Amino acid sequence: MTFHFAYRTAKSLMMYALCGVSVIVALVPLVMIFYHTVSMGGSAINLDFFTQLPKPVGETGGGLANAIVGTMILVGLGSLIGLPVGVLGGIYLAEYGNNPFATAVRFMTDVLNGVPSIVMGVVAYTLVVVPMKHFSAYAGGVALGILMIPMITRTTEEMLKIVPRSYREAALALGIPQWKTTLRIVLRTGLGGVITGIMLAVARAAGETAPLLFTALNNRFWNLSFDQPMASLTVFIYNYGVSPYDDWIAQAWAGALVLITLILVLSVAVRFATRSAFRGGDA
Amino acid sequence: MIDSTLTDSSQPESGVPSGVDRRSFEDRPTKVRAENVKAYFGKTQALKGISLDILSNQVTAIIGPSGCGKSTFLRSINRMHETVLGGRIEGKVTLDGQDIYKMDPVSVRRRVGMVFQKPNPFPTMSIFDNVAAGLTFNGLAKRSALGEIVERSLRQAALWDEVKDVLDKNGMSLSGGQQQRLCIARTLAINPEVVLMDEPASALDPLATAKIEELINELKKEYTIVIVTHNMQQAARVSDFTAFLYLGELVEVDRTKEIFTNPRKKQTEDYITGRFG
Repeated sequence: MTFHFAYRTAKSLMMYALCGVSVIVALVPLVMIFYHTVSMGGSAINLDFFTQLPKPVGETGGGLANAIVGTMILVGLGSLIGLPVGVLGGIYLAEYGNNPFATAVRFMTDVLNGVPSIVMGVVAYTLVVVPMKHFSAYAGGVALGILMIPMITRTTEEMLKIVPRSYREAALALGIPQWKTTLRIVLRTGLGGVITGIMLAVARAAGETAPLLFTALNNRFWNLSFDQPMASLTVFIYNYGVSPYDDWIAQAWAGALVLITLILVLSVAVRFATRSAFRGGDA
Repeated sequence: MIDSTLTDSSQPESGVPSGVDRRSFEDRPTKVRAENVKAYFGKTQALKGISLDILSNQVTAIIGPSGCGKSTFLRSINRMHETVLGGRIEGKVTLDGQDIYKMDPVSVRRRVGMVFQKPNPFPTMSIFDNVAAGLTFNGLAKRSALGEIVERSLRQAALWDEVKDVLDKNGMSLSGGQQQRLCIARTLAINPEVVLMDEPASALDPLATAKIEELINELKKEYTIVIVTHNMQQAARVSDFTAFLYLGELVEVDRTKEIFTNPRKKQTEDYITGRFG
């Protein structure tokens, strides 16, 4: 008796410890990345970094104001495409997805999810850059939008599928039409998970370089018109990071730090804005 | 064989099977009539032609072993069966003489409310919003009238005294029995004519069950009630009529007293005495 009890306790403790260790292993890279980014780029962060345009080679100072704004615009444009298509597609698959067409859509979405992001750039290049005959923020937005669609679609579907059928039935039995049931009961109940999926897709899009390389290209000047090439933090990080100039490399690190912080702030803000007293089933 | 004065004379066939003593049915008009209702899940047939009259302002209990089609029959009355994948109904169900399968399902469900086996308050809403949901989502009541309707519904469901100070709390914070009464209040708020209850007390403790049963007795003054139950004592306690379903067929329907003391069919007797099922 006692021996078995001790053995089980030991086993339980061991599994518990293993879980703890796994969490630490998963967190270590995150902390290291953040620490390294701060230590390498922190020195380049100053007011100018947020307000000035990039300086030509040789001149010190300057900032990446245009790239910070550019990233926001590009991700915003991408979300404008990816968010509605993704969420609506996810709703379709979750609520009406029991037919061969939906199965095909689900399969293609999974394939699209696995396509390298540079291919999205090629697609946007063909669809937007070639007809327009020049690079533009629109093209970058399209590339990021296409990238976001499958991620949002699949998470939305999964999150809505775990909403118990009993809530749908309760709503339908009250004489609430199907579309209102879907939007106001099902989507509302699964909203936390759907937003997590959206935020992951936004973060992923904000961190992408490849789809922007030959769509939004880059821009060393201030530009707010969407039909012109637009700067982005990631492309600047890429360009500056491989340059031979110490101050550019420091600015690349600073750009990475700003990008991480932007995404973090956005995630927290969205969580805060959409939080509810009653989420899921907890009281 | 069939007393035609009890039923709409334009209907050639009554839902009550032949051989039933019709003297016991004399006092109430028919609210819901099922005529040869067949229900399918894909290729599987769950109901093999049920004909049954549900009388106005009476409690009709539906009993039978698991899988006999009790719930499916109930869900054919408010057109919920067809919301299940592959769900299909043949035959006719009328509400006050109107064929519900020729009506808009949404309007049928507003007249025929339903309480489910497991309490299912909406998890993202307060107690107040849960009760009001059927009204607010459909624009059926003015904002100013909501408070009154919510209070009336909660009183009818015998829950008002317990929740009147915590109306803005999450519905999920209530106990199981309270949640079920919240769901009953939510159903009553849209003021249905018929209330369907699918084993409403099977997930509750004896005290909460007693409360729900008491409630059913109160409610039949205003509503026609159909209750599916596994618990034969419960059927005996709360219902005026009892229908016994077995393998998708209606074996017998009669006054509850008759069914439990003097069943006509051997199958019914075997079931209520616990010899099978």
